Amino acid sequence: MSCSDSTTGCADEGRRGFLQTAAAAAGVAMLASCSEEAREAFFQKHFKELNKEELAERLARLERTYTKQFGKPFKVGAEPAMEEVLFGYALDIARCIGCRRCVYACVDENNQSRDPQLHYIQVLEMDKAKGVDLAHADPYYEAEQVPREGHFYFPVACQQCENPPCVKVCPVQATWKEPDGIVAIDYDWCIGCRYCMAACPYGARKFNWGPPTLPADQANPDTHYLGNRPRQKGVVEKCTFCIQRVRKGQYPACVEVCPVGARKFGNLLDPDSEVRYVIDRKRVFILKEDLNTNPKFFYFYGV
Amino acid sequence: MRTLRLSMALIQDAFRQLVHGGKLYWGWVAFLCVLVAVGAQAYAEQLEHGLIVTNMRDPVSWGFYIGNFTFLVGVAAAAVVLIIPAYIYHWKPIKEIAIVGEMLAVAAIIMCLLFVTVDIGRPERFLHLFPFVGRPNFPQSLLSWDVLVLNAYLIINVLITTHMLFRAYIGRKPSRFAMPLILLSIPAAVSIHTVTAFLFSALPSRPYWNAAILAPRFLTSAFCSGPAIILILLQLLRKFSDLKIKDEAIWKIAELMAYAMAINLFLFGAEVFRDFYSDTHEAIHYQYLFWGTHGHRSPIAIYTWFSVIASVVAFLLFLVPRTRKNVITLNIGAVLIYMGVYIEKGVALVIPGFTPSVTGEIYEYEPSFIEFRVAAGVFAIGFLVFTALIKIATPIMLGRLRAKGITVTDDEQDEQDEQDEQDEPAPAAPGTAEAAT
Repeated sequence: MSCSDSTTGCADEGRRGFLQTAAAAAGVAMLASCSEEAREAFFQKHFKELNKEELAERLARLERTYTKQFGKPFKVGAEPAMEEVLFGYALDIARCIGCRRCVYACVDENNQSRDPQLHYIQVLEMDKAKGVDLAHADPYYEAEQVPREGHFYFPVACQQCENPPCVKVCPVQATWKEPDGIVAIDYDWCIGCRYCMAACPYGARKFNWGPPTLPADQANPDTHYLGNRPRQKGVVEKCTFCIQRVRKGQYPACVEVCPVGARKFGNLLDPDSEVRYVIDRKRVFILKEDLNTNPKFFYFYGV
Repeated sequence: MRTLRLSMALIQDAFRQLVHGGKLYWGWVAFLCVLVAVGAQAYAEQLEHGLIVTNMRDPVSWGFYIGNFTFLVGVAAAAVVLIIPAYIYHWKPIKEIAIVGEMLAVAAIIMCLLFVTVDIGRPERFLHLFPFVGRPNFPQSLLSWDVLVLNAYLIINVLITTHMLFRAYIGRKPSRFAMPLILLSIPAAVSIHTVTAFLFSALPSRPYWNAAILAPRFLTSAFCSGPAIILILLQLLRKFSDLKIKDEAIWKIAELMAYAMAINLFLFGAEVFRDFYSDTHEAIHYQYLFWGTHGHRSPIAIYTWFSVIASVVAFLLFLVPRTRKNVITLNIGAVLIYMGVYIEKGVALVIPGFTPSVTGEIYEYEPSFIEFRVAAGVFAIGFLVFTALIKIATPIMLGRLRAKGITVTDDEQDEQDEQDEQDEPAPAAPGTAEAAT
């Protein structure tokens, strides 16, 4: 194991190497029958510990696996955060009509499991007379036509907290906040304990209870390691603001699809961005501000 | 060298103990093995299809497994109910049986670790939890603390029990290394339950758990449930082995349980008062616990009521000396406490924390058949471990199983028994349960 590529010291690396060898020896018998790929996956490092070559190798391995699995060429990127960018989101609840187009655009873009269905965005139907009141919200409304009389709609997904409780509780550091503010997960490191789901005040984290199914013809082959690459059973996932799109300067899929323009997105550090425009000119609020999670997802009444 | 030779001899003798037993022993072992097989089959199914075979879903993302885990942490911690009177106050009737509590702690911790293992989605990645080979989020995550304290507590108790048994086997008193370990096991026991309570109370998103009173409640309920099991075990041991267990020991444990239950009920009452009188949104979880919300009747309400009533009745039975010392009411009380706390620290703790969910959704969780089967398997493994430990320990504690060349003469035995009756400090002579504890 080379030391030059790591931020940790040589002594630490040596010890780690030794223990990894010891662990490897213990696992040999168990893994003797496994395939090369499975063995690699078992002993692989945490995403943040990979050096350039190892990362390239990992991405290439995943591309091979997915290409074979779905029968079409897959790209797995790992574009890093851009300098001087902190992503923020604003949602106009006066405009939202509850059509759920965002929900399904998200699923198409992010390769979530189709059966069982996994949604990052929950659109809550609320009573106009009660205002924003989660205790009386209905996520399963079925309507011939929206918006329904007397109701308004309140979409909730990951709020990309600056002070994320999910990151704090994760026992294995499988989830963390990226420099551009996106809370990301390494699906290959998550042990599936679901402590983050208990900690999240917004119900944003979703678990793959069964093996995720993704029909090849519906798979989006343009992926990011921390975002929409095909998922696996038994791990947690969540909205990443479409990390594979926004780090290339595109809008998240939900922003693009919204028919009423209720969704705004941009760089909070850029005074000319859309999201800053909303914050400056409208009155915004954040969800559950008392929990001090400090979301970068702002709700506002646009009229 | 001598120690190594004697250790090998102990292992051989222990093995011999395990394979020799009467019909009752083999029947019990066979029954447990059947349950283990049932659990293993269900777990294999879960591994293949994923946790979707349970009834847990995103709104209620922990259920029966974590409930059992929480309960059993309490059982493990409760060994101190025997350790403190035995080793701090040197109360002889309990000192003779303290090792039973330590062995129960070992079995309970093994069950705890198994329940966590069956609950996680990627058990093959468990190494990620450990330093050097993984990336434990220590000290930030309470779950990484829990991994630390549970394993430490397991190691401490395994060391204590094996040391005690070994010393008794070679006819010696415990060495001077034993006492520091025993003393260390007391804060370790408190720590496992405190950390497990903090695991829940550390979540401001879940007001039902996010209460400062949760850790004290965990401790007091643990001092009820664990001893309830010990009470019943001691009576069974007395019946099925020649182990002498004094009535005083049993009555004292029951008395301690009465005090623990009083505090437990008081703390629970304080919590209930605070929530219902404040009548804020947060009270909805307690409404779900006792009745239901939004016009739905909660499926756990009936268990909650049973738990509260059972706990109150058991408290009264253990408080009154006459019913505490009556073998029938004593056992009724122990069973009621066990069931009461099992519900309170199991379903009644976990499920209302998730119901309604953080976005107000009500998902009515009840364990699936697979969850019950897996849980039965885990319990069976725990009972097998405990049975094995008891099977090995009993003859050693009775002085019947000794390393060759270290036999106890009948004279010594009689002398010892006499002294026991006089309740005098035992001499260094080996051969009684005293040497084992």
